[in-house]
Amino acid sequence: MQVTNQQNTSLSLDKLSRDPAARVAALESVLIAKGYVDPLAIDAIIDTYQNKVGPRYGAKVIARAWTEPEFKAWLLRDATAAISSMGYTGRQGEHMTVLENTPDIHNMVVCTLCSCYPLPVLGLPPVWYKSPAYRSKAVVNPLGVLKDFGRELPAHVRIKVWDSTAEIRYLVLPMQPEASKGLNAEALEAWVSRDSMIGTGFAEAPLEAKV
Amino acid sequence: MNGPQDLGGMQAFGAVKPEPLQPIFHAPWEARAMALVVAMGATGSWNIDRSRFRRESLPPAVYYTSSYYEIWMGGLEGLLEENGLVSGEELAASCALGEAKPIKKTLKMQEVEATLSRGSPTNRDLPVKAPKFTAGDWIVTINEHPSHHTRLPRYARGKAGKVLACHGFHVFPDSNAQGLGEAPQALYTVEFDGHALWGQQTSAASVCVDCFESYLQPFPK
Repeated sequence: MQVTNQQNTSLSLDKLSRDPAARVAALESVLIAKGYVDPLAIDAIIDTYQNKVGPRYGAKVIARAWTEPEFKAWLLRDATAAISSMGYTGRQGEHMTVLENTPDIHNMVVCTLCSCYPLPVLGLPPVWYKSPAYRSKAVVNPLGVLKDFGRELPAHVRIKVWDSTAEIRYLVLPMQPEASKGLNAEALEAWVSRDSMIGTGFAEAPLEAKV
Repeated sequence: MNGPQDLGGMQAFGAVKPEPLQPIFHAPWEARAMALVVAMGATGSWNIDRSRFRRESLPPAVYYTSSYYEIWMGGLEGLLEENGLVSGEELAASCALGEAKPIKKTLKMQEVEATLSRGSPTNRDLPVKAPKFTAGDWIVTINEHPSHHTRLPRYARGKAGKVLACHGFHVFPDSNAQGLGEAPQALYTVEFDGHALWGQQTSAASVCVDCFESYLQPFPK
């Protein structure tokens, strides 16, 4: 069966229904044969996002904001500069804005049109962030999304949703749990989950400390 | 374009499914697909707006039944074909049949780290122009449905909102995706009241959308 999309590039459903692993391997071999990609660069890109960049960078930013009021003020005023001062820069984090959760306002970040996500501080997005379920629901029923994550909010809290429709990337500054007050920044990092920096979770005690 | 990507407010997709184990990739091929898209993006053969357009141009039935990285592969194949880098025959045969087309650059392994950490900022200095709106201004978004790439979601068209911030001038995706140049415009974050967007059945107090200046008109006085 053949379908035609805009611009009339050919696209066979047989091809699309093919085993994706075989499809990717075939395309990679064509691109290498033509000299368009360096296979070692492919490995290096995977290594970067699989082993280096990830949400622990974002957790360091948050923990520092909790412990250094001046840094927090800078982060809220000019997130791009404050975050890049810690060495977290680059692709899909060129223009950063940090959103502060308060007892009255909870922020949630989504990209309804694709999957925009602050890579330098959170790494690659999880599958649910890119899923139609999240992208469709977050803007209209963020409380329902929180319920899907097993979370609740006090009734008076207003939820602000941020749809990443341009090249501004958003990072949520979650509220610091009372029980963590007094800990140093290094210890606090474990309290900051990836989901708490997207707005689908809260900062909370790491599992081993909960017992 | 009013394509399958414009998901905000749809209701047929069920619950969001968190993944407690947080795997980055669910199969090795996903990592290869991601890296191929990044490496080909670095050749400078197209821009990010064009690549988004190619993904959202997939037929809706294909888009909604494909996994995320399958959508990326579909988009990449479309980009390669429309730029004459790989032919439809080569995609079908899974091997190179013709000569390579000259490209601006091939990303080398030793360039990966610097390239990724440099990124591609989209802000542009336009000293002679001034943004039309400032924080606090009330605006109404346009209600246009262009068939080309655009970044104003359907749910935010024809709505009144308040400007929260101006981010200076940025590359305009609608133009850039069509190969018509960067045509930078002022970029704003606009806050819309949740009820104004969705009526009474919403738990969103407000939704903030990043809007280019040509998406906005002054609120009628």
